[in-house]
Parts: sequence; C-alpha cells; structure tokens
Amino acid sequence: METPLLSVKSLTIGIRRSKSADTIIVDDLSFDIQRGERFGIVGESGSGKSLTLRAIADLLPKGVEVLSGSIRYNGAELIGMPTVQRRRLMGPEIAMIFQEPMTALNPVIRVGDQIAEGPRRYLGLSKKAAMALAIEMMAKTGIPDPARRARAYPHELSGGLRQRIMIAMALSCGPKLLLCDEPTTALDVTVQHQVLKVLEKLCDDSGAALAFVTHDLAVVNQTCTDLAVMYAGHIIESGKVKSVFHDPRHPYTKGLLDSAPDFDQPERDLVPIPGFPPNLAARTSGCPFAPRCVFAVEACTVAMPPTMEVAPGHNAACIESQHIFEGVTV
Amino acid sequence: MLHRLRFIPGRLIQSIPVAFGVTLIVFFMARLLPGNPALALLGQRATPESVAALSKQLGLNTPIWEQYFGFLGRIFQGNLGTSITYQQPVTSLLAQAIPVTMSLLGLALLFSLVISIPLAALAAFRPGGARDLGVRAFTLLGQGMPQFWLGIMLILLLAVGLRAFPVGGYGNSAGDHLYYLFLPALTLAITMCPTIIRSLRSSMIDVLESEYVGTAKSKGSYGAALFRGHVLRNAAIPTVSVIGVNLGFLVGGSLVIEKVFALPGLGSMMINAIFTRDFPTIQGVTLFVALFVVVVGILTDVVYTMLDPRVNFGAKEQS
Repeated sequence: METPLLSVKSLTIGIRRSKSADTIIVDDLSFDIQRGERFGIVGESGSGKSLTLRAIADLLPKGVEVLSGSIRYNGAELIGMPTVQRRRLMGPEIAMIFQEPMTALNPVIRVGDQIAEGPRRYLGLSKKAAMALAIEMMAKTGIPDPARRARAYPHELSGGLRQRIMIAMALSCGPKLLLCDEPTTALDVTVQHQVLKVLEKLCDDSGAALAFVTHDLAVVNQTCTDLAVMYAGHIIESGKVKSVFHDPRHPYTKGLLDSAPDFDQPERDLVPIPGFPPNLAARTSGCPFAPRCVFAVEACTVAMPPTMEVAPGHNAACIESQHIFEGVTV
Repeated sequence: MLHRLRFIPGRLIQSIPVAFGVTLIVFFMARLLPGNPALALLGQRATPESVAALSKQLGLNTPIWEQYFGFLGRIFQGNLGTSITYQQPVTSLLAQAIPVTMSLLGLALLFSLVISIPLAALAAFRPGGARDLGVRAFTLLGQGMPQFWLGIMLILLLAVGLRAFPVGGYGNSAGDHLYYLFLPALTLAITMCPTIIRSLRSSMIDVLESEYVGTAKSKGSYGAALFRGHVLRNAAIPTVSVIGVNLGFLVGGSLVIEKVFALPGLGSMMINAIFTRDFPTIQGVTLFVALFVVVVGILTDVVYTMLDPRVNFGAKEQS
C-alpha cells in the first residue's frame, strides 16, 4: 500500500506543566488521510478537533504543544522539523482555511494582494502575474467582478465573499492537502451551502485531499467520504461516512446523530445527550464518555477501551459496542 | 483613499476657534506674570519715572483690552509685534528659530523610531523572555531619567569624554547642523522611546497572536517577511496616535534640551523671553507651538487613515 498523504500516529497535544502532570487535550490520536480523500473530523467544542488541525499546520496557540507522537506528511516527519523548512510546505503542499474569514484576513491589505502573496513566493511569479492568478482564483471561487473585488479590503466584502477569498488564497499554490477549520460555521446557511459547493468543486478539480473539521454533521455528510468522531481528545469512532452515519457503533456517535435534526425523518424526536463533556484538566482513567453513557458498565471506567474494527474499515472504541448495537452478549 | 481624506478641510476650519482661544489665553497668561517688561529692561534700580516712560513707549499703559485687540488685529496682518528685548519683528525671530526646533524634533522622532521598532519587535517576539525583560528594563530606565540630566550625561560622556560630538551650539552649514543636533535629538529620542516601545510592544503581541498572522504563516510566511508584511503596519496603527500625542510633549521637552545644548531654537527663545517679560515674543512662540500641535493632530489622523483602510473620519457624520 502506498504511503498515505498524511499519517498521524499517537499524537498527543497538551499544555506542559512543570509542577504538576501535563494537561492532555488530544490523547494518543491516530488517523491517515489518503491522496484526494475527504476526511471529516467531528466533535463538540473542546473535543480537540481544531487543535489537531492546527498541530498539522504548526499553528498551535501559545502554550499548547505537541507532547508526543508523529505527524508524517508524504512520509516526512513534521514534528521536530525546523520551522523554516516546515513553513515552506505551507502553501504549495498544505494550506489552511479558517473558521472566521473576517479575522483570518489581514485588515490593512487588499484581498488580491493577500491571495497573490503565496504565488509570488512559491511560483516565482512577478507582481503582475501573481495578481492575474489571484483574480483567476477569485473567478474560480465564483466571485463576481473579481478584478474590481481584488482591490477591496476585507471589511468591504461580505462574509461569503471573504470565505471565498480564503478558499482562493488556500488553493492558489495548488496544495495537496487542504485543512479546513469549520470553514462554514460563521456563514449563513444558504451561503454555507454555496461555499461548500465551491470548495468541493475546486478540490475535485485539483485533486487536493481535504481534512475537514466541523461540528455540523450535515456538512460532513455532504462533503466528506471518511469520518472520525472525536470526544475529549480521542477518536471514538471512524470509518466511511455512510457506514458511520447509518450504522453508528459508539454510543456517543449514536447520541450525536439522535440529537441532530434529520430532514428525512422530520417526525423523529431529538434526544439530547445528558451531562457535560469532561474536564480535561482532571482526566480519569477509562472511557471519557462513560459518565454520560447510559450503557456504561463497570469495566468502562477502568481503562480506555481499545479501538476495534466493528465492520470492514469501520472502527469504534467501545467495549460494549457489539452488545449494544448487535445484541450480542460478550 | 482621497475620499477618506475629505475630513481635512473641516478639521482646519475647526482649528480656527482653537487658535482664537489660544491667542486669548496666551495674551492674558503672559500678563499674569509678575513684573513688567519695562522693569525687566531697565533693571532693579530704575526710577519709577523712567519705568513709566518706557511703559508708555512700549504701549503698555493703554487698557489691556485695547492691547489685546491691537495684538489680534496685527496677527491678521502677519505681524506678531516687535520683540522688546531684541528690537526685531517677532516673525523674523521665529523664522530663525523654527527650523532649528523642527529639525531637532524631526531628528528626535526619526531616532526614536529607529530605536523603538527593533526593540519592540525583539520584546514582542517572546513576551516574558530574557530579551523582553531587557527591553522592559531599558524602557523603565528611559522613563526614569530626567531629560536634562540625560542630556548633561551624554554631553559629559560623548562630547567631553570621547570628544565625538560638540558640547553645544548649532554650527553653520546643513551638515554641521545635523552633527550639532545629534546629541540633543538622541536625548529627546531616548526619553520618548519608552512610550513608543510600550505601545508598539503590546500591539505587536496582539498582532502576533491574531488569526491573520496564522493565515500568513499558513501561506508559508515567516521571519522578517512575516514581520514586514503582516505585523509592523498593523501594530503601528495604535502607536501613531501615541506618537502624535507625544510630539506635543516633545515640544515642551525641547525647551529644556535646547537650553542644555545651547541651541538657538524656539525653546531658548521662549525661556529668554519669559525672563525678560518680552510679551510679543512669548505670544509669538506660544501661538506657533499651539498651531503646531493642532497641525500634528491633523497629520496624525492623515497617517492613521493611510495605514488603516477601515478608518474613515469623514464617514462619521453620515452614519
């Protein structure tokens, strides 16, 4: 089997403490993204999904660091790679789209120049050629009158246009991997849909793989082929989107799906998950979801359940999975 | 760009009542000083008769309102009166002194930027680190040292000790002026730096943590290019107003520094005029300084507008 485009192994992210135990935010995370794959990471706020993405892009906030584990891009280890070398991957190999396009664009630079910055650096283009490419990219993202809009400042554009600018910027150097950190959360639902379509089409055209972080299950269903569900810094279930959505094997995933509206079954009642996500500073042994899980047995609180293949290509980290979902008594 | 500068004419019109108020205050403040110019000119032993005669000659015996309106009327003719001490028109005295003080301020501003920007960047890059602590110690020191004392120390060290710079004076050619202005400008710059560094440092820290710097990094920008392209201009925006406010104070500081370095600028002129109760000169200098502060205020807003495309002072009236 060929090397995956991105391979994350036992990634642990947290805050290093000198006097007490480190605070672990993302714990022993592993997943692969193949070339051209669309990989969704879902989870609620604080599950560590955004930090995982930021760790890949070397954009972790101050104080938060990768404590152990490995992130390989195209076989090359990113953890410990010198900053200069790592930044050179950003743009032509890996690009990122952020949640809030207002704060993610520099307010004092014209958007055209912001898009042209990457191509000037990496493709060796002249100022004029880079601007022409920027305008072309803007046209591809469906921005009307791109030549005029290129001269605008971010505050002069609407949220949807700004996010299209971000997409144009991220794709301008032809990256192989596009990291999306809730790219549609800040947008209206109608605009959300348009922006997703543009994103999908451009990724199809360029063959870029997508790592898509969101808390919106519908968006994952629409956009991604593969999926990992995160809870309290762990991937608790992963597999093909279809397989996970139609046949969830972890009580948390099941709970998430039951708590979200489904327009195919509008009469179904929404079932909330009781309780709150755990306090990451006071981790206990065992499954982090156990305190909220109606199926929890004593063994759940003893050790973190191992990830088991429940169906071909479909993994879940729940010792009771078979019992709960297939009626098998272990 | 140009349409956002439409606030300038309005601002100039606003400054007319300000200037009028300044003339009022300047005129009466000067006359609140004890003693009068005739007495100052003739000395302690003058007879009351000779003082009265000179007062009449200088026009100081007319009612004070008449004197004020005379002063106001002459301003519109570009006449600030005649210096009592120098027996020269105040305007020509100002014409000699203004270039000296303005060069001093310009050079001081340049020096303070050259010192502040790298130091602020050094400190902001890793807040709480060793270099940050060093820079903060420097700002504390700079703030703690009185201007005149620092000037004297620099003279002792660099002019008297190393003989690298002149002790005082202004020189005769343009190159000379620069050489003579170096130490006084450095003195002013060092005392102005702490405020600029503090402001720049904190705004740089904010900018470095902002999402758009993350975006710039995700486009592969790092090091000096990142700093020039995405940090400096954004961080400069709040600092511009700090500098604008400080330029006003700097004029006050230059008064003392000009005296320390024997520069023939507005400061020396002002101090001599106060000692001799030379009303027309005091009024002339103060009026100029007041107008200078008003102009600096407008310039600050112009620079602000140029740096930040979101700023539109003209639009406030519409919304």
